[in-house]
Amino acid sequence: MKDNKLITLGIETSCDETSAAVILEEREVLSNVIASQIKVHQAFGGVVPEIASRHHLNNINPVIDSALKEADITLRDVDLIGVTSGPGLVGALLIGLATAKSMAYVLKKPLIGVHHIQGHISAVYIEHKELEPPFLALVVSGGHTSIVDVTDYNKYEVLGHTRDDAAGEAFDKVARVLGLGYPGGPLIDEAAKKGNPHAVEFKRVFLEKDSLDFSFSGIKTGVLNYLNTQKLKGAQLNVNDTAASFQLAVMEVLTAKTIVAAKRTKRDKIVIAGGVAANSLLRQMMKDECERKGFDLYFPSPILCTDNAAMIGCAACYKYKSGLVDNLFLDAYPNKAL
Amino acid sequence: MRKVIHNELYTKRFGIELAQKLKPGDIIALIGDLGTGKTTLTKSIAEGLGITEMITSPTFTIVREYMSGRIPLYHFDVYRLSSAEEMNELGYEEYFFGQGVCVIEWADKIMELIPQGSIIIRIEYGINEEERIYHITNIT
Ligand SMILES: Nc1ncnc2c1ncn2[C@@H]1O[C@H](COP(=O)(O)OP(=O)(O)OP(=O)(O)O)[C@@H](O)[C@H]1O
Ligand SMILES: Nc1ncnc2c1ncn2[C@@H]1O[C@H](COP(=O)(O)OP(=O)(O)OP(=O)(O)O)[C@@H](O)[C@H]1O
Ligand SMILES: [Mg+2]
Ligand SMILES: [Mg+2]
Repeated sequence: MKDNKLITLGIETSCDETSAAVILEEREVLSNVIASQIKVHQAFGGVVPEIASRHHLNNINPVIDSALKEADITLRDVDLIGVTSGPGLVGALLIGLATAKSMAYVLKKPLIGVHHIQGHISAVYIEHKELEPPFLALVVSGGHTSIVDVTDYNKYEVLGHTRDDAAGEAFDKVARVLGLGYPGGPLIDEAAKKGNPHAVEFKRVFLEKDSLDFSFSGIKTGVLNYLNTQKLKGAQLNVNDTAASFQLAVMEVLTAKTIVAAKRTKRDKIVIAGGVAANSLLRQMMKDECERKGFDLYFPSPILCTDNAAMIGCAACYKYKSGLVDNLFLDAYPNKAL
Repeated sequence: MRKVIHNELYTKRFGIELAQKLKPGDIIALIGDLGTGKTTLTKSIAEGLGITEMITSPTFTIVREYMSGRIPLYHFDVYRLSSAEEMNELGYEEYFFGQGVCVIEWADKIMELIPQGSIIIRIEYGINEEERIYHITNIT
């Protein structure tokens, strides 16, 4: 407790970031420490699970220590512990879970398992104190692309999701074939700024007329086919143009479906969250569309878009206040549905 | 065996037919470049097994389990593994030697772990956009 306010320790280790955060009540961030492994994985062109687990193991204690120190509290001040329990890489999740469980046991404090995607959505609360459910959320990340109707802090209805690749996954894969490196999202975002988005008209996949699902495997293959045709023609490949055209095709579909979903659910607020929500074109297109169609738009600053423990702490506090507490048998669920 | 897959419909038909012959413990190793249709083929195998859940790309979590069909399906994408030893961390033996069917994308990354009796399908791009060539062998 601090000034009679609840203190939550949040822990996140689902993928390649080891993060710990201290949250005051639901939305005030006292610290949010992130040890990124991106540099470690760059050499391999992506996250290597075993290496990821090993780094989490080395990082977790120092990261928690700095989070407490930065928040100017000690472990004894912590009232509850929130931890990502899925989805993610099983070995990576287990490091965070084991740490959280042993702390909860020793400190005799409640333990709360958080769905990673609920975390991404909650990231938006931190910087928008006025935002309350209901709203419509587009969650776009490395492993997810979903349209979610958020009816209450702990009530979610998934209206649509990807049928094959997630949007972030498509960015990472296309960046690889374009020779841009890892992680693909930010690199394509940058390259696209120097390219012509109408150079190649990649097919926009909208699926059946009323569907809110997505499919991004086709555009991945579309880019590959385009590269092959260029090669056969002996034509020089313009990486920036290709990146820009790919990005526009993806963002047009994401934006259009999100707006349709908001209209259908009669929500007046739209939230975008997850790693891909850092994309500059997506933000611009969503801003323009929302302004034109009369929706209020909310998104986190880039640091809260990617994986971080502040969003997990925030979500944990909301769950705690609704009485959603776990026990020490809490397990990792690598493929957990929201 | 070499098989020309003219378009996605053939992939679908191939997957559904293959699924009819599968029994618990079978392993299908898929080898082929990005976008050759490994996940697409797995979707059809799943359909043939009577699985009702949506099969999505397992690239992110490496393995996904589907239990709603005639036999459980364990769908792997081992692209991100740097070595075969990493499969231990996932407890792969329980999957490979369990009561389900395993389909493994990017199986060439862990070839030394693929047991005898597995079906290997090497997929190549064909001449036309939708064409794929399947090279099917059994490890004996
Ligand atoms: N004959 C075909 N068989 C399978 N897929 C096809 C065929 N023709 C076109 N396609 C298209 O190619 C794409 C294949 O994507 P898919 O994600 O299945 O590939 P993948 O091999 O799993 O890729 P990754 O290496 O990224 O896992 C799909 O969009 C599919 O519609
Ligand atoms: N500016 C950007 N434009 C597009 N994509 C981006 C951008 N920045 C990051 N990404 C993508 O976001 C993804 C990472 O996001 P995040 O960290 O939320 O995913 P994850 O935690 O790996 O997956 P999940 O949240 O589904 O478990 C990567 O695929 C990355 O390429
Ligand atoms: Mg994430
Ligand atoms: Mg695949």
